[in-house]
Amino acid sequence: MRREGSPWRGLSVVFVKELSDHLTSARMLVLGALVVLTAGAAVYAAIQQIKDVSAEDPFLFLRLFTVSREPLPSFVSFLAFLVPLMAIGLGFDAINGEHNRRTLSRILSQPIYRDALLFGKFLAGLSTLAISMIALWLLVIGIGLWAIGVPPQAEEMSRSFIFLLVTIAYGGVWLALAILFSIVFRSAATAALVTLGLWLFLTVIWPALAPGIAQLVLPADDPAVPLIGAQVLARFSPSTLFGETVLALLNPSTRTLGPIYLSQMQGAVMGAPLPLTESVMIAWPQIVGLVAGTIVLFVIGYVIFQRQEVRA
Amino acid sequence: MSEAVIEAHGLTKRYGDAKAVDGVNFTITRGEIFGLLGPNGAGKTTTILMMLGLCDVSAGTVRVLGYDPMREPFSVKRRVGYLPDSVGFYDNLSARVNLRYTARLIGIPLEERDARIADALAHVGLADVADHRVGTFSRGMRQRLGLAEILMKRAEIAILDEPTSGLDPQATAELLDMIRSLKHDGVTVLISSHLLDRVQSVCDRVALFQAGQIALIGTVGELGREVLGGGYAVDIEAQGNGLKAKLAAVPGVRSVEEVGAGRLRLVAESDVRAESAAAVVNAGGRLLRISVEEPSLEVIYNRYFQGKSAHGGLRDAA
Ligand SMILES: Nc1ncnc2c1ncn2[C@@H]1O[C@H](COP(=O)(O)OP(=O)(O)OP(=O)(O)O)[C@@H](O)[C@H]1O
Ligand SMILES: [Mg+2]
Repeated sequence: MRREGSPWRGLSVVFVKELSDHLTSARMLVLGALVVLTAGAAVYAAIQQIKDVSAEDPFLFLRLFTVSREPLPSFVSFLAFLVPLMAIGLGFDAINGEHNRRTLSRILSQPIYRDALLFGKFLAGLSTLAISMIALWLLVIGIGLWAIGVPPQAEEMSRSFIFLLVTIAYGGVWLALAILFSIVFRSAATAALVTLGLWLFLTVIWPALAPGIAQLVLPADDPAVPLIGAQVLARFSPSTLFGETVLALLNPSTRTLGPIYLSQMQGAVMGAPLPLTESVMIAWPQIVGLVAGTIVLFVIGYVIFQRQEVRA
Repeated sequence: MSEAVIEAHGLTKRYGDAKAVDGVNFTITRGEIFGLLGPNGAGKTTTILMMLGLCDVSAGTVRVLGYDPMREPFSVKRRVGYLPDSVGFYDNLSARVNLRYTARLIGIPLEERDARIADALAHVGLADVADHRVGTFSRGMRQRLGLAEILMKRAEIAILDEPTSGLDPQATAELLDMIRSLKHDGVTVLISSHLLDRVQSVCDRVALFQAGQIALIGTVGELGREVLGGGYAVDIEAQGNGLKAKLAAVPGVRSVEEVGAGRLRLVAESDVRAESAAAVVNAGGRLLRISVEEPSLEVIYNRYFQGKSAHGGLRDAA
């Protein structure tokens, strides 16, 4: 059945309202402060570590992101933890919030489609996330310039910029998941708890569980089979995908993300950095996986939302 | 004045095996106030949602201003204002900002926007609190804000779902006045309610819903005649001899009853005040007081559904 008018009518209106809601909300203020403080601490610790250790590193700037110093984890580890938290915070009450405030039927009785409402909310959440990440990224670069005193090379800038984009895509997965649960569960508290639970499971428990499961279900004639199986299973977690992508992007000497076969090592100079394009190629499946995961989760939410009753 | 703005033919909504709305037919003409009345769970809200294209139609058709709400939702939604039952707003935003959001969704041009919002807020008496957070508003204020949204939209049809539920008598009276003024501005109004007596006073015609079907439809007077057998009760206080016989002879009067000293009650098919007064005067009597009691919807409703429930026809909300 053809519908009248554009499905995106009103999209920009919803987007602007949701974005300004996010940017002025106490929730975002708290999350933002949390991110800046922890990330700042991690970068500061990394600078101390870098100063202590070496000066001869060609990718000194990238080390800002990856180096850790006891007792703090590195900047990327912090991000891997905080970005999902932020994304879930932005999305867990997207739709059930409208139900519970009883605004949904009033808004949908205006000339817009549900498509515009849902996508506007998703885009606003993603943009909020992107704005925070860009600000953080600039902050780190700024601190780096000031502390290291040497400007980053073009390649370091490119690598860290792609890392920025991947971080936003990683946030997108969790945002889409949170919005999906905000559609499925009428109670915002339930939606938040289920999303957080799934996040903990996928981030902490699943990667630890994967080798065991692979060993159980796969034949162990060739020791490599369960190893590969475990890795495939682990990659169902966005956190694994993000971690691997970051490894390839920010450690230019990373040659492969799978188990290493001897044939791959032939002719390779250990520790020699790969060019940027090859690093991106190595992580390409992971990057595509993150984006595809976002789209799939969003589409599932979209289909459920289209069929949902408007009344509370 | 008989252009149909909403037409439903065999309109049906099924949830699984249950029929929430079951083959409903009605026509609402331009400029009237139409009441959709019935107990909880009768299917009023479902009918409204189908008119707005917010809920799929299982069978039958509904046309709003000639448009099909499922296929042409924008054409319908641009012209129809909807006040949902227990309407909600964004509590953290002010009344004005809430309306501004809706105005942008509707697509009201920027240069008209603020003036139309201010007008609408003034019209419902919220001008003083326009910049207060809606979170601080009482229930009555929220309902009025919902009405302001419809005014701002300049809707041709206003659909109000339970607009008076939860309001105190004064707030109800104010709201009903605003609804009358909507009609005065040429807006067709559809009100759903289970509070019969309050809504009766504003409705030109009503449809009584029962278990997803329309049991009765018409003006209150028509329903009264149909259900009670005689619509109007005229009370007369007069002094004189043989008035009872004279009044009984007035055309349209069915019965005359003496309810006290010099007090008579007539049951008539129409409003026979003028004729009765003339009869009293012609008989040489002194007319002290005459009043007419229109049939109360409450009475009609109870009488009708008592008859039905004897056969197990009454269904409660789940
Ligand atoms: N999503 C649903 N699934 C199944 N049944 C439903 C659903 N929504 C409504 N119903 C049923 O449809 C019937 C009509 O409901 P509706 O809300 O239209 O009644 P109503 O006349 O508006 O009542 P009220 O005065 O309580 O608002 C009810 O019996 C209700 O249980
Ligand atoms: Mg209802």
